[in-house]
Amino acid sequence: MTQEPGWRALPIGGVVLEGGTARKYRTGDWRTFKPIIDKNKCVNCLLCWICCPEPSITQVEGDKVEVDYEYCKGCGVCAEECPVKAITMVED
Amino acid sequence: MARYVGLSGDQAAAFAAKQCDVDVVAAYPITPQTIIVEEFSNYVADGEVDTEFICVESEHSAMSACIGASLTGARVFTATSSQGLALMHEMLYIASGGRCPIVLCNANRALSAPLNIHGDHSDMMGSRDCGWIQIYAENAQEVYDWTIQAFRIAEDEATQVPVAVNFDAFTITHSLERLTVLEDEAVKSFVGKRKPKYTLDPHNPKTFGSAALPNFYYEFRVQLDDAIQRSFSTIRKVNDEYSKISGRSYDIVQAIGLEDADAAVLCLGGTIGTAKVVAKKLKSEGVNVAVIKPWVFRPFPSRELLTALDNVSAIAVLDRAISPGAPYGPLCSDIISTLYKYDREMCINNFIYGLGGRDISPREMESVMRDTARNAKEKKIEESVTYIGVRE
Repeated sequence: MTQEPGWRALPIGGVVLEGGTARKYRTGDWRTFKPIIDKNKCVNCLLCWICCPEPSITQVEGDKVEVDYEYCKGCGVCAEECPVKAITMVED
Repeated sequence: MARYVGLSGDQAAAFAAKQCDVDVVAAYPITPQTIIVEEFSNYVADGEVDTEFICVESEHSAMSACIGASLTGARVFTATSSQGLALMHEMLYIASGGRCPIVLCNANRALSAPLNIHGDHSDMMGSRDCGWIQIYAENAQEVYDWTIQAFRIAEDEATQVPVAVNFDAFTITHSLERLTVLEDEAVKSFVGKRKPKYTLDPHNPKTFGSAALPNFYYEFRVQLDDAIQRSFSTIRKVNDEYSKISGRSYDIVQAIGLEDADAAVLCLGGTIGTAKVVAKKLKSEGVNVAVIKPWVFRPFPSRELLTALDNVSAIAVLDRAISPGAPYGPLCSDIISTLYKYDREMCINNFIYGLGGRDISPREMESVMRDTARNAKEKKIEESVTYIGVRE
């Protein structure tokens, strides 16, 4: 494992010298349950895409939505909100 | 050329901020600080300053707006007191942790309950560990001088830490004094332009206020502590430069009458005035007691105090705050730690006084000084805590 920089070397005040670094922090490993989308039931209404707080629902060109498991924390909001019950939460 | 004006402590703070060419002021009024923001909003309304004045709904929002503004590279000023400082508490840590060099004037006032609007130091002592440089001014002249210097200290490349300039409610905030002030241009060139290290800039994006989990948080707190510990040299540098343009000399600690005294009284803020007058009277009677004023309370001036106390064998430490359940008042605790660390044994009497605006009279001060001088003469070694002027 590489050694993280010490306090003298770090930029002051916890500033990260670039933007959009949340992308580097993969929150998928926080998950206990993961959402599984049944594409046969899914009507691609995008309610899950709107509701996902992460956001880990991705739109796919020419297909129905998918879950980005790199970031999905398994909160289950999508499954709760899905109007056609196309999403089920299963233990990861 | 010296210019004389009549200003209260609050007006002196507002006037200093005006001369410092502040970009943003976000503040909420609270007694006895209200005059500062009222006065400053007059400057804004009259077009005398080029400042964005943000009216907010609370002190929590005031400090939040200050932090946001500071991160854009703006020079930021605010003022508060007591409950207002307490409401800012959470954001004070964010300002220092985010290394925002904000200057805050705090009118030291008691905290509720019971409700009280008068002077004591419990507000700032309650936020003692917020990671700000903390200065205590003795009178309106010092409020003016330290507020100007505070911008330079806070914004110095080596510091980048917010600074709180403290002064006592009413006795300093509302009392009119004859001040010697500098010309606008002299102050403007003394403070210069802020040169921030990192700023919010859409053309060069950075991330501010991100999380730092157990693998990083600790490093940033040590980094802040180091900056505050090292700020002594910046404060001294600014003091020296300020004395050149103002003719008034400031330092980390002021010590008066040390030459022939083996006893000393230490306290913060306005009470020093009473101590100086009483010490002078006693000196004329052959009782020599030095008066030691830490202008700077954070960083704590351990070395400066040890030097000042080199030939002293009895001290009275006056705390205008109570730390319920603690062995001593906050100032005395730090002094005892310092003396113990450097193996200096002496008679240390801690006095709690003046809570909620109760006066400490010259007679009470005289009694403290006479007792301290006697303890020094008798080479007494003791530690005690006494409450001055409280009814049993």
